[in-house]
Amino acid sequence: MKLKQISVFLENKKGHLLEVLNVLSKAKINIRALSIADTSDFGILRLILPDPDKAAKILSQNKITVKETEVIAVGVSDKPGGLAEALQALNSANLNLEYMYAFVAKSKEKAVVVFRTENINAGIKALKKAGIPMLKAEEIYRI
Amino acid sequence: MFWQQDLETIDRKRLEEVQTGRLQDTVQRIWDNVPFYRDRINSAGTKPEDIKSVSDIKKLPFTSREDLLKNYPFGLVAVPRESIVRVHTSSGTTGKPKAIFFTKNDIDRGAELISRCLVMTGMRKNDVLQNMMTYGLFTGALVMHYGAEKVGVLVVPSGPGNTDRQIALMQDFKTTAIHITPSYALYLSNVFIRKGIDPRKDLNLKRAYLGAEPYSEETRKKIEEFFGIDVFNSYGLSEMNGPGVAFECQEKNGMHLWEDNFLLEIIDPATGEQVSDGERGEMVLTSLCREGMPIIRYRTRDLASVMPGKCPCGRTHRRITRITGRTDDMFIVKGVNIFPQQIENVLMGIKGVAQNYLIVLESLDHMTVQVEIEKELFDGNVTHLVNLQNAITEKLKNEILVKPKVELHEPGSLPASEGKAQRVIDNRTL
Repeated sequence: MKLKQISVFLENKKGHLLEVLNVLSKAKINIRALSIADTSDFGILRLILPDPDKAAKILSQNKITVKETEVIAVGVSDKPGGLAEALQALNSANLNLEYMYAFVAKSKEKAVVVFRTENINAGIKALKKAGIPMLKAEEIYRI
Repeated sequence: MFWQQDLETIDRKRLEEVQTGRLQDTVQRIWDNVPFYRDRINSAGTKPEDIKSVSDIKKLPFTSREDLLKNYPFGLVAVPRESIVRVHTSSGTTGKPKAIFFTKNDIDRGAELISRCLVMTGMRKNDVLQNMMTYGLFTGALVMHYGAEKVGVLVVPSGPGNTDRQIALMQDFKTTAIHITPSYALYLSNVFIRKGIDPRKDLNLKRAYLGAEPYSEETRKKIEEFFGIDVFNSYGLSEMNGPGVAFECQEKNGMHLWEDNFLLEIIDPATGEQVSDGERGEMVLTSLCREGMPIIRYRTRDLASVMPGKCPCGRTHRRITRITGRTDDMFIVKGVNIFPQQIENVLMGIKGVAQNYLIVLESLDHMTVQVEIEKELFDGNVTHLVNLQNAITEKLKNEILVKPKVELHEPGSLPASEGKAQRVIDNRTL
């Protein structure tokens, strides 16, 4: 249900994103999903990877500012209204969504949506109650 | 404990007599031996015999940094060449150096003042001082070195830089005190964090002497807390021996300026008039004992004030505040006078801001303040960072009255300094 996401602070300078990706590539770490949140001055790169602890360690060693954060992965049926259903569940429970991003899992019929709610445990509870299927960390890492 | 108790606690009236005698002697010597000063004093309408008390100092002309540059190299030397045993130079920002000459006695006196300073802060023979200032033409390291040896301290003359070796030396020789620039101390603390060394547990450090650059009270607290030590503020300038001109006692509340060796005035930099104790102005210093190259009424360009009142430590030499800026550090944005110290004070008081920062002047109306954020603060949430950025902008604007552009940078990404930190980058083409 909960899985670890790695956030990387990207200051606005040329080649910075490439540098981060190169570190991961050298360490033979494959990226499952990524999203970037940015302002005009800096960005935050969010990554889902098979071994987040190892990746965080390697990035830190390369003097890259990283943070591991817990997020929720939801399997959303690939049909109209699939995502709305999940959001409705959070909304009914009065939970704020800090951010979300989606990616399509290759071998599955479902889209995977990553949620970060203010309170992770409350988020999981609300989704469970609404019968929204959540994915285990191992399932995501294995995709 | 005192190094020279009688001199350090000298009665103020007696001190003034000593100062008067030494001032008269200094003026006579430069009148006799330095044509530049003879002309200057003469044009001010003054003769050596007009100096009857310390207040007559006002009858003497100022000496500026430009005067030292103009007279480079030997123009202000007051003794025969063979009496000079050492030269130090101080690099001006203009490129041309200032040369300062020392006789054997000048070196001994400089060391004596450092001994007073070190013993005043609690240093004893069994201490180990790692001297991380630059050895060489710069006075910072050598003057401290001689003074520490006089006390009987074991000196590790490491010089700055080569951080891994510094750490090994500190561990191997059980260093108890360091003499270091504030920016290098901050840099060291980052290296310790990275290497997982806890100076409180893994080292024997008790005190640090910080000088050569202005720094804020918040920076002192950060360093004290991180290293688990007492940080003492040190003030000096090559033109007046180097370190040891003024130093903090264990009260850590202002630096005692050794007034038997230096005559202190604080003036309004615009008018040249003396201001009263407690008022901020430019420090003007006259060497009272210097043989090789006496300097009178030197415009230090350092801004400070005299702290009124007696110090509980018993020393009668007046205390100056930390240097709150330099008249030539000041820059103007949107017509407002700004000192880098003001910006540092604000930044060091904000949680989440790391030690390194850079002020970039883009135009007459725009400045950027680049700030490193602390690693712990980064939680992957953009909103939190934007809030921090806004908070910094707002607090800076309240202090300097100009709204800067604030950029957040990764910890360790701004140019780190192992020597004097450069905090202001001026990209303006005026």
